[in-house]
Amino acid sequence: MSSVTLPTNADRPQVRPLPTALQVQDLLFRLATRGFAFLVLLILLGIVASLVIGSLPSIHAFGWRFLSTETWDPVDNVFGALGPIVGTLVTSVIALIIGVPLSFGIAIFLTEQAPRWLRRPLGIAVELLAGIPSIIYGMWGLFVFAPVFAEKVEPKITAWLGPLPLIGPLFNGPPIGIGVLSAGLVLAVMIIPFIAAVMRDVFEVVPPMLKESAYGVGATTWEVVWNVVLPYTRVGVVGGIMLGLGRALGETMAVTFIIGNSHDLNISLLMPGTTISAALANEFTEAEGKLYTASLIELGLILFVITFIVLAISKLMLLQLAKKEGSRA
Amino acid sequence: MISLYLRRRVVNRFNMLASLATMGVGLGALAWILFTLLHKGIDGINWTTFSQMTPPPGSSGGLLNAIVGSLLMTLGAVAVGTPIGILAGTYLAEFGQRGWLAPVTRFVNDILLSAPSIVIGLFVYELVVVRLKHFSGWAGAAALALIVIPVVVRTTENMLRLVPNSLREASAALGAPQWRIVTFVTLRASQAGIITGVLLAVARISGETAPLLFTALNNQFWTLNMNNPMANLPVAIFQMAMSPYDDWHHLAWAGALLITLAVLGLSILARTFFRQKYKL
Repeated sequence: MSSVTLPTNADRPQVRPLPTALQVQDLLFRLATRGFAFLVLLILLGIVASLVIGSLPSIHAFGWRFLSTETWDPVDNVFGALGPIVGTLVTSVIALIIGVPLSFGIAIFLTEQAPRWLRRPLGIAVELLAGIPSIIYGMWGLFVFAPVFAEKVEPKITAWLGPLPLIGPLFNGPPIGIGVLSAGLVLAVMIIPFIAAVMRDVFEVVPPMLKESAYGVGATTWEVVWNVVLPYTRVGVVGGIMLGLGRALGETMAVTFIIGNSHDLNISLLMPGTTISAALANEFTEAEGKLYTASLIELGLILFVITFIVLAISKLMLLQLAKKEGSRA
Repeated sequence: MISLYLRRRVVNRFNMLASLATMGVGLGALAWILFTLLHKGIDGINWTTFSQMTPPPGSSGGLLNAIVGSLLMTLGAVAVGTPIGILAGTYLAEFGQRGWLAPVTRFVNDILLSAPSIVIGLFVYELVVVRLKHFSGWAGAAALALIVIPVVVRTTENMLRLVPNSLREASAALGAPQWRIVTFVTLRASQAGIITGVLLAVARISGETAPLLFTALNNQFWTLNMNNPMANLPVAIFQMAMSPYDDWHHLAWAGALLITLAVLGLSILARTFFRQKYKL
């Protein structure tokens, strides 16, 4: 029998061994992927930094007044962002007021009502609506929707809602088809698929047991949706709505076509207005002079900050729902 | 007095009908838009559209330079954005269990996914166009790449998470180093899903107009040089549609139909491809 000497701890070299080739490769690979993940963060920081630097001249020139004045005068180099900011907010709110109930209905139909074989194709149809490029919505809005809207709908809106106290002035105006209200309506169609898709997904995470118990004690479909599904998914639903709001705020091409591009503030929703993104799309390449360009970039910065906050809230709410689901599973 | 039972039934029936109606509104909008496109754009789809350059105002022509420009920039954007997106997504799924970087990146990525694309255009304008002092096809491709990256990161991470851990453990047990496990086993297992993600990203950027307005600008003439301002379908459509000329409107509708067909075709292709591979 030959004796094999096994190495003992004492025989091991006391210095740490050099990493093997494999370990080095692993390390490099990990560092590479880590670097690219870091790059995604850098993109965000880069966007913020470049927008801040680009808008410095206008920040210096106007300060906080930029946010609260309405004048937009490229000839005298006086700029205020109130018009576009209000336009952005108003069109997005109109889009939400109209889009949210519609999306809610679609999500209910897709999860509770539609026969199983229809759910997939209908879901895909709604997603196709999300896939249509926004410039197509713009052309459709300007050439097809606006004339119909001006001829058939706007006179009636003015006749019915115009005489009302308080909200009346909102709906008095010339029936020209393009304007803040039309832009809000086209935006509503555009954000429906996003909100509806999120709502459908969160409705589907409701445990079947909860719904079945409600049906078991005799609840109608509507009562199940309103009293069981909706309370369970409230956070997710709000998250979906915020996602839609984020989309509506930053939407450019569709709005540019149909809003009419006027920096003047107007109480009537039937009058032309502008939004931050529409102002950028229309004026940026033609902007002469440092201050004009910087003011437009500052508009972009404001837009990015607003959408960032809205989208961050949306994301946090959806995460909260996912956590809840995880803890019950 | 109406009985409680009857009232509940009526409320239920009414709301369910309303829900059916909303579905109708959604489908109606889709049908109306698609019908408009076909109705107004189909005449413009003919040989001249594909063989001639964009015309000066008031004369007829085609969209050849715009189509080629769009293809080139999309290609460039995908070539740059896909590897970055896949590597970053790999980090999130395979190495990102600990530390602050992965959750923060995931969060930021989801925000970039829905960030206004016009702001991306501004960013690239500041970064590239201002430095080089001229608009260029490369700047357009860079802007589109920035839109591709978040889409690919998201799908790559999701697809890698679907790969069962036993696959990773089996290859580790055979002595494979981690980089080989990731490149040869998990990434390969989720290949179909990642390709789907890239297709969806292409569908997304092929209709993007806003980020190209201040980067690639537009060009009425034929060019393959990406250092020049470059024609592209979305911006060409935008300028033609906003013009007062009838000839240009016809071309704009033809281009709009082309883009929509490309986008919808790509997203349907991505879906069926994905379904076949995973037999869902």
